Amino acid sequence: MPEQVAHISSEPAWLLLEDGTLFKGKSFGARGTSGGEICFNTGMTGYQEVFTDPSYTGQVLIMNNAYVGNYGVKAEDVESDGVKIKGLIAKNISHRYSRMTAQDNLEKYLAANNIVAIYDVDTRALVQHVRSKGAMNCIISTELSDLEGLKAELAKVPDMAGLELSSVISTKEAYTLGDEQAAIRIAVLDFGVKRNILNCLVERGAYVKVFPAKTDFATLQAFNPHGYFISNGPGDPASMDYAVATVKDVLATNKPFFGICLGHQLLARANDIPTYKMHHGHRGLNHPVKNLVTGRSEITTQNHGFGVDPEAVKASDKVEVTHVNLNDGSIEGIRVKGKPAFSVQYHPEATPGPHDSRYLFDDFMSMVKERNPQNA
Amino acid sequence: MPRDTSIKSVLIIGSGPIIIGQACEFDYSGSQAARSLREEGVRVTLINSNPATIMTDPIVADRVYLLPLTVESIEQILEENQIDAVLPTMGGQTALNLCKEADELGVWERFNVRLIGVDIKAIDKAEDRELFRQWMLEMRIPVATAKTANSMLEGKEFAQEIGFPLVIRPSFTLGGTGGGFVMTKDDLEAALDRGLTASPIHEVLVEQAVLGWKEFELELLRDAADNVAIICTVENFDPMGIHTGDSITVAPAMTLSDTAFQLMRNTAIDMMRNLGNFAGGCNVQFALNPETEEIIAIEINPRVSRSSALASKATGYPIAKIAAKLAIGYNLDELKNQITQTTSAYFEPALDYVIVKMPRWNFDKFKGADDTLGLQMKSVGEVMAIGRTFPEALQKACQSLENNATGLSFISTARLRPEELLESLKRPTWDRIFRIKEAIAAGVSIKTIREITLIDRWFLYQIQDIVTLETKISAQKHLENISAELISEAKQMGFSDDQIADLIKDCTGEEVYEYRKKLGIRRVYKMVDTCSAEFEAKTPYYYSTFEPTSYAEDTKGGLAFNESKTTDKKKIIVLGSGPNRIGQGIEFDYCCTHGLMAIREAGYESIMVNCNPETVSTDFDIADKLYFEPVYWEHLWEIIEHEKPYGVIVQLGGQTALKLAKRLHENGIKLIGTSFDDMDIAEDRGRFSDLLKELGIPYPNYGTAYNTDDAIEVAKEVGYPVLVRPSYVLGGQRMRIVINDEELEKSVLSLLKHLPGNKILIDHFLDRCQEAEVDAICDGEDVHIMGIMEHIEPAGIHSGDSHAVLPCFNLGQLEIDEMADYAKKIALRLNIRGLINIQFAIKDGKVFVIEANPRASRTTPFIAKAYGVPYLNIATKVMMGEAKLKDFDIRHSLEGFAVKEPVFSFNKFPNVNKELGPEMKSTGEAIRFIKNLRDPWFRQLYKERSMHLSK
Repeated sequence: MPEQVAHISSEPAWLLLEDGTLFKGKSFGARGTSGGEICFNTGMTGYQEVFTDPSYTGQVLIMNNAYVGNYGVKAEDVESDGVKIKGLIAKNISHRYSRMTAQDNLEKYLAANNIVAIYDVDTRALVQHVRSKGAMNCIISTELSDLEGLKAELAKVPDMAGLELSSVISTKEAYTLGDEQAAIRIAVLDFGVKRNILNCLVERGAYVKVFPAKTDFATLQAFNPHGYFISNGPGDPASMDYAVATVKDVLATNKPFFGICLGHQLLARANDIPTYKMHHGHRGLNHPVKNLVTGRSEITTQNHGFGVDPEAVKASDKVEVTHVNLNDGSIEGIRVKGKPAFSVQYHPEATPGPHDSRYLFDDFMSMVKERNPQNA
Repeated sequence: MPRDTSIKSVLIIGSGPIIIGQACEFDYSGSQAARSLREEGVRVTLINSNPATIMTDPIVADRVYLLPLTVESIEQILEENQIDAVLPTMGGQTALNLCKEADELGVWERFNVRLIGVDIKAIDKAEDRELFRQWMLEMRIPVATAKTANSMLEGKEFAQEIGFPLVIRPSFTLGGTGGGFVMTKDDLEAALDRGLTASPIHEVLVEQAVLGWKEFELELLRDAADNVAIICTVENFDPMGIHTGDSITVAPAMTLSDTAFQLMRNTAIDMMRNLGNFAGGCNVQFALNPETEEIIAIEINPRVSRSSALASKATGYPIAKIAAKLAIGYNLDELKNQITQTTSAYFEPALDYVIVKMPRWNFDKFKGADDTLGLQMKSVGEVMAIGRTFPEALQKACQSLENNATGLSFISTARLRPEELLESLKRPTWDRIFRIKEAIAAGVSIKTIREITLIDRWFLYQIQDIVTLETKISAQKHLENISAELISEAKQMGFSDDQIADLIKDCTGEEVYEYRKKLGIRRVYKMVDTCSAEFEAKTPYYYSTFEPTSYAEDTKGGLAFNESKTTDKKKIIVLGSGPNRIGQGIEFDYCCTHGLMAIREAGYESIMVNCNPETVSTDFDIADKLYFEPVYWEHLWEIIEHEKPYGVIVQLGGQTALKLAKRLHENGIKLIGTSFDDMDIAEDRGRFSDLLKELGIPYPNYGTAYNTDDAIEVAKEVGYPVLVRPSYVLGGQRMRIVINDEELEKSVLSLLKHLPGNKILIDHFLDRCQEAEVDAICDGEDVHIMGIMEHIEPAGIHSGDSHAVLPCFNLGQLEIDEMADYAKKIALRLNIRGLINIQFAIKDGKVFVIEANPRASRTTPFIAKAYGVPYLNIATKVMMGEAKLKDFDIRHSLEGFAVKEPVFSFNKFPNVNKELGPEMKSTGEAIRFIKNLRDPWFRQLYKERSMHLSK
């Protein structure tokens, strides 16, 4: 067991919010300047999985937990090929870690991924501020300490509303996972898919092909899938008409359809239900959701800043609500009437978070198998 | 499913007297459950034999039975009341065992009573080590290799199979009684014998020892629809091998990856769902191999526990309250989060702070006891501290311990040499964490310490950070040299002002405080809100912390750095009694809780300050405002500066609170009730004797001394036998009765060794006399004698260890009148506003006053219960000046006698001398009502009254 060296550097870093709130903290990770939309996550485990979740693209993340970095980092604990957050804000960072099987500390990992971060900030006060003022842009810098310079950089950060990010981070080339001989083939439309979603499908015996965000419907169909999976991802679903069109084409096939998070919002939009930008979103590992079909409830992982319009869902004759959030009544799951298509706003694949909702992957696979008894 | 309306009346079973392993946490859970059920319109009947509890108060339940926890008592209750259901999960293992016994005898069935919150079959599976193991194997959940032995021979055979080190765990015992590690073959026989004897069914589990694995506990809630939520995950600082009740524990888990945590979460949920059919709380313990991250299940408790009390305080989530609602049919998703009042009760709390729980031991009371920590719980109480960093929470916990620690700086008088230090780390004792710090400061590597202690390196790094900062501070020779950044960093790491002063060596704690105040480095108060600030919370439950000050001033206004908003109302602060220990326990929590309610009733804002997570007074809805903080001057003072209270009550929190009176008085803070000077007269032996002389009240001859020579002189004057004791201590600590110069010298030397510079009190000991005590309330004009209790044991046994009978049973009317008269005179002369307790010795018809305590006493709740009078409410209102005694119509309702019966925990310390003497040793008490003196139990007791007296 190598002895780890105590951290000694305490270079300053600055955090400026769009409304003028300014914090001075300490720098760790990469030096530089980085901006995005500020949001917070209340989870107490799984920071590395969170940082590598592609849905966080374009966002600067506050970790509410008192510590990050306590158990270092490990190559296996990732949800994509690299860190996706734009910046990190924390109360305490552990430079020295506990975990025997970890490969490195968080600081070096963030530096290697070129992520600017700030700690020694009263994150609780900051979270309360974001909770009451709502999502807004912010900037972290280790270089600029003058307010004017920070403001100028902050002005360059694009507004999240209306922003399309999926096609930027989606895979550029289609790729496959699982056993090519498997009886079930699932087409995954990648808008920023988390690695564990693909694992959950492959583990259940699917041969999965992951397609770039802007793949046309004909190409998807050419894979001759038994079911379609529409992934999670960052950005505003209202800016993704191309994706809504694909979803509509997929729905027309009457083949099993499963959407998660952004995929859920796209399913809603394909059924003429609008989405909206939430005040400050849901991000954490403890959100209670009630399944209206079974009556059972589940603790879920969530990460979304946009939602599906509840009034429009309730008024719709095309879809029905299957899951609701027990805290604020927001729409957590829908299914299309008369079609094998459903979606959830939260993350049944978890990582990080509770595994309570993994049954949704089973439901999806059974749906596929029921329709393809010869392949079951 | 919504509430089951067929349940209209519920019986809650309490946990009985406080013993090691089962303390006031069950008063907390029982009280919360009772209030929760009554909120739903359920009629609550309660049984508990412990009179010092809030749960047995008429404010908690509709009908209270202060009866022994036996099947006969249960039958009596069921005959006298229409009970629909019994809730046995709030009273610890005692209640579960009683419930099971009654079930086996068919009592519940006979009276058509449903069991709620529990599945009888689950109790066996959870308690019987072998059944548990079999069940785990069926579920394919890994457990340590083990075999059940019912004889010495079997035990030896299995030990040979499994190999050393191994663990012996007796079945059906509480707090690990009789269990232990066996490192080598030589120790096997003795360990097996101890284990088999301790088990009521003569059964032990011989188990592979997973020494050095990390230990975690999960607190779960489950409803009838099988929804399960993990309320809290607690990580033990001490690795496997030390009972969790004796471990320093931390929440949330500090070193768990999501992968490892989810594995535990899934396993715990499977276990709870599979355990049986019940709705309520549950605790599951795991061990984790740090090298491979594999886990094994250690145990499951299908009830609320000490850990769930801690988890409730740690997260803000009231586990017992919700568990009670689940037991009467509600589902989690039908209930609201009690803290936010807007979101769902079905969720898993998120924390943005760190809590550290530290046990409090009392080995000084158990001479000869093995103080090595292990499988059997030995601590008598605990403290919890909240901070925004781990070092802050840890040092605040040290400051809460009431053992003069100013932080993790407590340096024992004996400095050890490095090799001694390393040797001492091998044997876990109460002060190991201080030794670890000392070792790091001495330059021992983290690697070596980890190899010896097997404590996770992350924790050791944190202690190293404390040491590093200490070095930085002590390098500054003068206070003015210390930069704002350094002070700020030290405060964020939990250093107290006293601790900083000790390091700099040229200033006092007050000076450090004034200096940092000038620099703007002040405490801010954050809320415990269950949700990491995601939602707005309504519950005023706060802790203090220090945040970095370097935010830009112009934006400060918009941000809530300090969440504790003060009101314009008149406020009164009640000081709690800190960790439970022998001589100061649950009774003071009872007093504080009542005090808070009386303050509220009188229209003031009530503010509670305490650090004991097992208490009712720190429940989230008892006070108008709760500061979960050490009862330590610095923390208290900043609360006072922030709240600007009308006054502070020190009479209700025992000696812990009382000893802060002087400093409060010196700083111009109003003490509610008796003034500091008057209290000081009662506490100062010299001044008090002068007062007695003036009033013409007899007292035993006495004198004071600072050294042996003077002591011998004094003893000669007052006459042997003499009672030797230090001044200003609790529960007769180090008190001895000696008969000659030689013994006197020995005891004075030992006393001065432990308490250097202490003023030693030497009293003539009234041999073979009778003892009695009085509790009274005085409003300055009138004195009301609450009760006069006669002790069954003769003088020489600490009053806390004596059986006390209310009212007197043997003393003559003349003596009784004399005591009442003396008590009235003393109370009036001392200008008591509120409570006073006076101890008497009666010899040959002459009444002597031994001491007076100007505060609530151990017996105050006992009298209130026995006579059915809300004495604490009355006393608090009198203290505040809100009412006079004549405003109350006080009527005693007691037929026959009430006896306070001391209860001991000697079975935890097999080698300890069980003799009783002037030093208190009992951990708890029970109440017994007898119709008359012909009662067989009483007659037996009376016959044996002198048997326990040590010379």
